[in-house]
Amino acid sequence: MISALGGRTIASVSAMGQLSLFVWQMLRWLVVGVPQWRTWRRTMPLFYEVGNRTLPVILVTGTFVGLVLAVQSYDQLRAAGFEQRMGVLLSITLVQELGPVLAGVMLAGRVGGALTAELGTMRVTEQIAALQVMGADPIRQLVVPRFLACLLLAPLLTFFCDVAGSLAGWFVAVRLKGIPSGPYWYYIRDAIETWDVGVGFAKSLVFGAAIAIIACYKGFTCRTGAEGVGQACTESFVISFIVILMTDFFLGTFLSGLYRGIYGFKSLV
Amino acid sequence: MVSAGSRAGSGNEAVVRLVDVHKRFDELVVLSGVDLMLRAGETTVVIGESGSGKSVLLKHIVRLLRPDRGEVYFHDQRIDNLTERALVPIRPRFGFLFQLSALFDSMTVGQNVGFPVAEHTRLSRKQVDEIVARKLAMVGLDGIQSKWPAELSGGQKKRVALARAIALEPELILYDEPTTGLDPPRADVINELILKLKRELSVTSVVVTHDMSSALKVGDRIIMLYQGKFIFDGTPESIMRCDNPLVRSFVEGRCSEELLQALHEKGEA
Repeated sequence: MISALGGRTIASVSAMGQLSLFVWQMLRWLVVGVPQWRTWRRTMPLFYEVGNRTLPVILVTGTFVGLVLAVQSYDQLRAAGFEQRMGVLLSITLVQELGPVLAGVMLAGRVGGALTAELGTMRVTEQIAALQVMGADPIRQLVVPRFLACLLLAPLLTFFCDVAGSLAGWFVAVRLKGIPSGPYWYYIRDAIETWDVGVGFAKSLVFGAAIAIIACYKGFTCRTGAEGVGQACTESFVISFIVILMTDFFLGTFLSGLYRGIYGFKSLV
Repeated sequence: MVSAGSRAGSGNEAVVRLVDVHKRFDELVVLSGVDLMLRAGETTVVIGESGSGKSVLLKHIVRLLRPDRGEVYFHDQRIDNLTERALVPIRPRFGFLFQLSALFDSMTVGQNVGFPVAEHTRLSRKQVDEIVARKLAMVGLDGIQSKWPAELSGGQKKRVALARAIALEPELILYDEPTTGLDPPRADVINELILKLKRELSVTSVVVTHDMSSALKVGDRIIMLYQGKFIFDGTPESIMRCDNPLVRSFVEGRCSEELLQALHEKGEA
């Protein structure tokens, strides 16, 4: 039992070391690659791939989450006499929390798994080894463009999720529940600060980076065979999902503490 | 056991030298103190049972794998301790034909063959295209530049991969099971190409194969790996006269006496 525990510990430490080395190499190539046109030439098709795969599902998810939030919160807010401020609740929740988290989860599901499958298949069919033999660094060729695509598109996808959710909330509040449109938007403008948008933006950047790193690392290190690729895809999504939720908690706690430290407590009512 | 390094220095200049190379994967010992010298212009064929470490040996030569112990030299430069970045200027001097061809799925045939040229030179697109056409013509496939790897047969894939391997006119070409999975006439096309490239480009070659007819046809020298060590090193003529039972059973494609006995015993049980 002690031997098994020791073996697992060594394997975990070794995997962490491998991942750290992978991230370090990627960051080094990122610094070298960002000013080079050829890096962006490789990234352009990936922008389309990532955006095209994820945007429809993010719009649908954002819309329904906005609808559900509005329906669920209306009665409680009305009972307290705050129904005109429903937009504030929706927008804060979407901009700071649900927007980045939903976009991150959708990105992990739609793109992260596909990236792992693509790179895993390349590894199994020795395409990654072929790149190495030809003196082309696989991390520079394959990982850096995918990292850039996920990192830069995550905030944009989050923005679309926020907009879809807010419009859906507006539809329920104004069209179905009869809240006047003017106060609805007024309270939102009054409550949402640049800080809130910045928090959502920062979170989405972190999620995009984490998804790309996890997906690419899992693809690069998957076991051979179809089973190995399939397992790597599943692990890639599950780990990304957990990392998104954990990072959301820690980032959220840190940033709200930072806000209180700088600006003091902010009441939404 | 035969040391393939024992014939060292008797012929032309050494292109590659492996000195006391050991490699194991977990508990499995794959190479156990291998010494090997590859001389310029010579075609060396490595034969051995499946899992005997032939491909692992090949991957040590191009430094896709690092030895656990021992040294690998390319000309007089030690390469087993070099970083990936330090290997970049050396790697274009190798050509590697992978067992599964390892063509990039996301690129056309022309892009695949032109990839190493575009990566390592500053030639214009037109010049790269001319090189691609010339290399494809060498393997008898000019005119298929716009096709995708998925549209090619197994034999065509191998030939395109060979065109890519010779795109930068390497001085050493390594063939990993070049005829595996091909019917006899197509396998012979590959054999003829190996001979043609040797004739026209004066390259040093290493061919890993199970196919004895291919080994006898293309090899100037044949070495046999068994349990991590060389048990034969000689000419194609001398292997036919070798009385080592392990070599004989491999050359004649015959099951060993012990295995045959074990099979019969299991059958009777």
